[in-house]
Amino acid sequence: MIWRIVRQIARVGIATELAPDIGEEAQAEVSRIQQELLNILGQALCIREVDAGSCNGCELEINALGNPYYNLEGLGIRFVASPRHADLLLVTGPVSRNMEVALKRTFDATPGPKLVVAVGDCACDGGIFGESYATCGRVSNVIPVDVVVGGCPPEPVAILRGILTAVRRRVR
Amino acid sequence: MKIPGLEVEFSVVPAPVPIWHARVTAQEWSAAAGLVRERGGRLLALWAGSFSDSDAIESVAAHAVTTRASAIFVAYVVLEGVFWLALPLDATDGRPEYPDLSIIFPVAARMQRAAADLSGVHAHGATDQRPWLNHGAWASDHHPLLQDPQDLPTPAPGSLVDYPFVRVEGDGVHEIAVGPVHAGIIEPGHFRFSVVGEKILRLEQRLGYTHKGIEQRMTQMAPLDAYRLAGRVSGDSTVAYAWAYCMALESATQTTIPPRAAWLRALLLERERVANHLGDLGALGNDAAFAFALAQFSRLREDWLRRSKDAFGHRLMMDCIVPGGVGRDLEPAQIAPMLRQCDAVEIEVRRLAGIFEEHAGLQDRFLTTGRVTPALASRLGLTGLAGRASSQAWDLRCDHPFVPYSELRVTMAIRQNGDVAARVAVRLDEVLESLRLIREMVTHLPSGTLCSDVRLGEPASKGAGWVEGWRGELFVALELAGAGQGHRILRCHLHDPSWQNWPVLEHAVMGNIVADFPLINKSFNLSYSGQDL
Repeated sequence: MIWRIVRQIARVGIATELAPDIGEEAQAEVSRIQQELLNILGQALCIREVDAGSCNGCELEINALGNPYYNLEGLGIRFVASPRHADLLLVTGPVSRNMEVALKRTFDATPGPKLVVAVGDCACDGGIFGESYATCGRVSNVIPVDVVVGGCPPEPVAILRGILTAVRRRVR
Repeated sequence: MKIPGLEVEFSVVPAPVPIWHARVTAQEWSAAAGLVRERGGRLLALWAGSFSDSDAIESVAAHAVTTRASAIFVAYVVLEGVFWLALPLDATDGRPEYPDLSIIFPVAARMQRAAADLSGVHAHGATDQRPWLNHGAWASDHHPLLQDPQDLPTPAPGSLVDYPFVRVEGDGVHEIAVGPVHAGIIEPGHFRFSVVGEKILRLEQRLGYTHKGIEQRMTQMAPLDAYRLAGRVSGDSTVAYAWAYCMALESATQTTIPPRAAWLRALLLERERVANHLGDLGALGNDAAFAFALAQFSRLREDWLRRSKDAFGHRLMMDCIVPGGVGRDLEPAQIAPMLRQCDAVEIEVRRLAGIFEEHAGLQDRFLTTGRVTPALASRLGLTGLAGRASSQAWDLRCDHPFVPYSELRVTMAIRQNGDVAARVAVRLDEVLESLRLIREMVTHLPSGTLCSDVRLGEPASKGAGWVEGWRGELFVALELAGAGQGHRILRCHLHDPSWQNWPVLEHAVMGNIVADFPLINKSFNLSYSGQDL
């Protein structure tokens, strides 16, 4: 059993380095992000993800950040289970009125530097859902936002770039 | 067409799948439910709206919004197809009511509660009348689908009402409250567990947190643009939703799509199915502490999404299906790489399936965990892939195959055990079958145009779409106004299979340990956004 697993691991190799499709440019970008993060923070970055009403498209791409190609944890970025452990909130969706209080409480529970990155078109400007009886629209209508990442949904590298931009802006 | 035993003649709704529509009385409404149940049929969707016979539309136009005639709709699936029933309700005495269906179809309960919140129509005699989508952020007498979308209620975010969860009491019983903000990267919802020690006695879900007013927003959109909103009801099913909406629009406008478009739509849908199943298989391994599976399957999923982007310009293939056909063609240069990828993924999936199969620790977590017996599944209306893991042999691609499924002969994946292992097995089978379908489709793609013109008709019209997404069947009911009212969307109801399956999850976890909840939950992988709308 264990040999079959080991053989599969050996056969696949390290996808992060061998990734055939990511292209040299994007690969260089990932390495640069990793170095910058270390230079700026000098420690791991802890992120709490909050879906404040998204269609789950953004969650799919945020989850993709965890796959071997992006090697997120290798970059020193980690998703944590509680806002109390987080440096940064990654917020998606137009903020639904049913999530408004929960989002505010999550923000209040987050210690400094309390960075906020709004991910996806809906989080940036309400997107196709806009503002209505059921949604408050963009995330910045509810909590302060440091960086917005557009796209429907934004691709993993764009989300990574947004995270780094927020860190760079506030910590430097 | 008739439901045997019911003297109501149903008229055909033009669509690639068999759908019939009729207006019924309250007596017929109740009788139909009993007859469908007796014949082994299922409740597919229940929703409220305004009544839109051509004469009723005139009255809508003539009267103020407050006196708009309301109606309740239900769609049943029987072996022959879908029966769509409309029951006009008398709104003159203030509180429109209709006979409760949840005593016959328990699955109707939450849909009835949602209809009460959105449209102010109530199920007479229903035991559970708690609000479902309205969490107190707007007034309880503000029924959004009866209002002008511009007329915003006074928001009351501070006064979220206390929700009366069912309490379980007894020696050593305590509650665990989870959510709406969850520990993982998933959608928001609240789970209230009543436990003794490690064992779950009862789970009660409270959803509706991602309610974005999609059905009201629909009425503000042009019929030819609204496919984009439909594609954002649940991002993981964007292809299925866009197709179901477009099918409904094409049904209402009696548009026939070109064969190449039909094949490309199915290609997109099967690619979406594979992408989601690959993601789930990895996550399921991970939830049983087998991180190797997550690394392997998420790598395959990433390869898959990148190929989708190369071929169709978007990793999730959003907005590729458009009214009348498809917006993107498959370039000839894409065919060979796509075939190669199918072969490569198949080899890897078979290898990983073998490892899953032989991994004693993993099987120990999967087997008998979160079991839904076939009898319970049938009683509660479990649908889609979770249903097929509990012997519910329904798959629209096999039951009513339309082009191109009619030529592909889909083999249905089916298991009897109804546990996590069965839901894993169904996913593995479906991945392999979809890979076969993709190869067939890519190889035999008919030539021709990509899109037909969609002409919105002079009179008011209605249409329906029914698609087997990766999670289960989606249903879209669409009612369009005539040219006199600018062809606007009067009502568009988008139904997600999660409505059926969320309540079953409450049963699936009973008697399991709390630590197995994430695993069981993932094995269903239900949409919050799709049911919250």
